[in-house]
Amino acid sequence: MSNVVPLKTPPALAVKDLTTGLRIRGAWHEAVRGVSFEVFPRETLALVGESGCGKSLTAMSIMGLLPAKIGKVLSGSVTIDGREMVGLPERDLEGLRGNLVSMIFQEPMTSLNPVLPVGFQIAETLRRHRGLDGAAARAEVLRLMNRVQIPASARRIDDYPHQFSGGMRQRVMIAMAVACRPKVLLADEPTTALDVTIQAQVLNLIAELQAEDGMAVLFITHNLGVVASIAQRVVVMYGGDVVETAPVDDFFQRPSHPYSAALLKSVPRADRRPDSLEPIPGQVPTLLQMPAGCRFQSRCSQVMDTCAERPRLLPTAGRADHQMRCWLGRPEGGC
Amino acid sequence: MAAPKGIAGRALGNRSLMVGVILLLLIIVLAVLAPWIAPYDPNDQDVVASLGAPNAEHWFGTDFFGRDVLSRVIWGARVSLFVGAVSTAISMLVGGSIGILSGYVGGRFDQAVMAVMDVLLSFPQLIMGLIIVALLGANLADLILAIAITAVPPFARVARGPTLSLKERDFVEAGRALGFSNLRIMLVHILPNVLDDLIVMGSLWLATAIRTEASLSFIGLGLPPPTATWGSIIREGFENLLDAPWLAVFPSLAVLLVMLALNMIGDGLRDATDPKAAVS
Repeated sequence: MSNVVPLKTPPALAVKDLTTGLRIRGAWHEAVRGVSFEVFPRETLALVGESGCGKSLTAMSIMGLLPAKIGKVLSGSVTIDGREMVGLPERDLEGLRGNLVSMIFQEPMTSLNPVLPVGFQIAETLRRHRGLDGAAARAEVLRLMNRVQIPASARRIDDYPHQFSGGMRQRVMIAMAVACRPKVLLADEPTTALDVTIQAQVLNLIAELQAEDGMAVLFITHNLGVVASIAQRVVVMYGGDVVETAPVDDFFQRPSHPYSAALLKSVPRADRRPDSLEPIPGQVPTLLQMPAGCRFQSRCSQVMDTCAERPRLLPTAGRADHQMRCWLGRPEGGC
Repeated sequence: MAAPKGIAGRALGNRSLMVGVILLLLIIVLAVLAPWIAPYDPNDQDVVASLGAPNAEHWFGTDFFGRDVLSRVIWGARVSLFVGAVSTAISMLVGGSIGILSGYVGGRFDQAVMAVMDVLLSFPQLIMGLIIVALLGANLADLILAIAITAVPPFARVARGPTLSLKERDFVEAGRALGFSNLRIMLVHILPNVLDDLIVMGSLWLATAIRTEASLSFIGLGLPPPTATWGSIIREGFENLLDAPWLAVFPSLAVLLVMLALNMIGDGLRDATDPKAAVS
């Protein structure tokens, strides 16, 4: 996989100043605050953060799948392959989901309909978006099942989800998601529920499909090991804010934001004694308790007076493509 | 969730289900072949043979007009089964649709729809049928409609319950992420999950529908004479119950037999489709 993206290629997915609100007790709270990032064709961008940091909500905003009445995009834009998604009528969005942009989920056990054969479920996407039916759809389903490396596909096409293992079910999900060759694939912790060995297989499969089709992949995870192995760039989120964004090697060499640094220290590694693990104290505050200014200040070990004011996302470590949102390392008063 | 193959296997091994199915099939075959099987024309009168006891020529005896009761019961099966089956099919379709839609949409719409269903449900079924027949009249289509309407609320309830939990399941969310419309999700993804319950309910309700038809006919609100239905034969026999008990007893036995068959099928199907009930 190459890190080099030609300068002129337009991004497959561009999120700009996305602010998503959740309605809690009648008031709207910003659960995603001004998030911006771009993912280019063939590129994998990892969106990293703890539960509740807004990463899944960002994905749902991109898909236009926010829960009605309690979630909505307050401002900003999401363009996929040059098309604006925010504000699009539901009918148009339906035509694009599964077609231009697809999503795979964490739980392969429950993401498939238990009473329908897997072949039928894969064909469903083809029927919906490509009008394929009957023998043509079945042939395409077999091709897709082979493509996601489900063994003995011809024999298993009429089997039911419970007859498949977790890894195989995730392959079925992936087959459904890539059936129409989407430009963008959102993967919301697709390997979290799988065994480690199966995890690697599924990650490789996604990478292979990406190389063949040139998909842009937004990979949502809290597993930094996975990030290191598949992503080219990393976006770290905390409390709805992007706190750091960097090329993947630079991120692991020089994690700049205190949260990123703390996150890296809290991950168990095969080459370290377990007693050197340092958990981040406390937990992500709820939206109702979010501090003003930097949202990490309640758990940050290097908190200062200026943290009461929200820092901007600015280049750090002397590189334009490595940015963080923190007052640390800034000349006093300036930015 | 059990595999359909497993369900088929369990269904075949379920004695109650199999006995019920064979019994029902037998009755259906009799009804369908009525013109060839019935020994006499059901409406042929023979005044000489009025109120004749069962004998070699008339196995079930004859009624006041000298009509052959066996022939009338066989022909009556056609009307009774037809009315029951069509009305149950209609209520299953309408009630199932209302239930799935109501549960899927949820919120105030759901509350309003279910409130209407509860009001309908609060009338005893026979009273409800009575009111509707009185309003509509008593021909075949209206009778079917009347019985169908009474059964819509229970089917709606049965379909709504599981829909409420199914719509929160991950595969519905996954379907939405693949661009499926709400209609497609309801028809292709929720309906098959609800179908088990609807079919079990349908087999049990078919018995109720046949009984309702008989009851309405019995109180004179069924199809006009001389059409033979089980209810009308029983009613006619009721007038001579002490002199000629066979007039009412044989059609009553026919109703009993069908209800027995359908209940065995319903219970058997429930056991076969519900893995938790299958343990015994």
